[in-house]
Amino acid sequence: MYPTEFTPYLSFIGGIIIGISAIWLMLFHGRIAGISGIVKTALFQEDGRVWRILFVVGLVLGGAIGFHLTGFSFSYREGFPLYLIIIGGLLVGLGTSMGSGCTSGHGVCGISRISPRSIVATIVYLGVGIIVATLTSSMFL
Amino acid sequence: MKKNLSALIAGTVFGFGLIVSGMSNPDKVMNFLNVIGQWDPSLLFVLGGAVITTFIGYRFVLKRKTPILDSEFFLPTNTVVDKKLLIGAALFGAGWGMTGFCPGPAITGLAFGVLEPVVFIISMSIGYLIMNKLSTK
Repeated sequence: MYPTEFTPYLSFIGGIIIGISAIWLMLFHGRIAGISGIVKTALFQEDGRVWRILFVVGLVLGGAIGFHLTGFSFSYREGFPLYLIIIGGLLVGLGTSMGSGCTSGHGVCGISRISPRSIVATIVYLGVGIIVATLTSSMFL
Repeated sequence: MKKNLSALIAGTVFGFGLIVSGMSNPDKVMNFLNVIGQWDPSLLFVLGGAVITTFIGYRFVLKRKTPILDSEFFLPTNTVVDKKLLIGAALFGAGWGMTGFCPGPAITGLAFGVLEPVVFIISMSIGYLIMNKLSTK
């Protein structure tokens, strides 16, 4: 596993920026900024597809802008088994669909609304995430 | 038109935040979740910054009768903690812990032009497709 630097200030500022986006989406659209929900709805529902796709395009655009402004380039993981990405992606698709949310929808927006469902979901996915990441890191990396 | 532009801006700000926070780096996520490795607690600060900001912002925004560009607020109405929520959250946690990717950072990661986010998103979309087929049966 590649070590990463502890970045409390940048991470906190990045969190504030994410929060501003969540507020924006509620103020202008009346919507929760839940990425899994936005992607899933864009895939299967014609109504409101355009703005959802543009939100997703924005995520990539923001990534590109961020990359150029900050110069953050991440060491992509050579030798990380691709089948883990395939299985993990599938689990994230199934899980966020069943559990109606991911880190953004439950973790940021839901907790901010003090939603009991989101608080429980966040505790569960963090707990399972810690167990699986710890096992994965010691077995594969 | 206004709605589409506004959504593009919101997405761009979100993606920018993911980069600045470090959350788009799967190594950083893995080092946060892997508690016996070289623990990097940065992600707690991402979540803290985002929740504090959103919590305060929502207090003001939700005092309005309607959002600016739509006729109503679309808030989840389900408040029951059920089996589906628990199993779903557990499956999501497993996929997140296994890869270091959740949906937002994976999409933002497309900006880097590397393979992992592409594979992850295709796989995740297949997951959505399966659930969609099951739920419409």
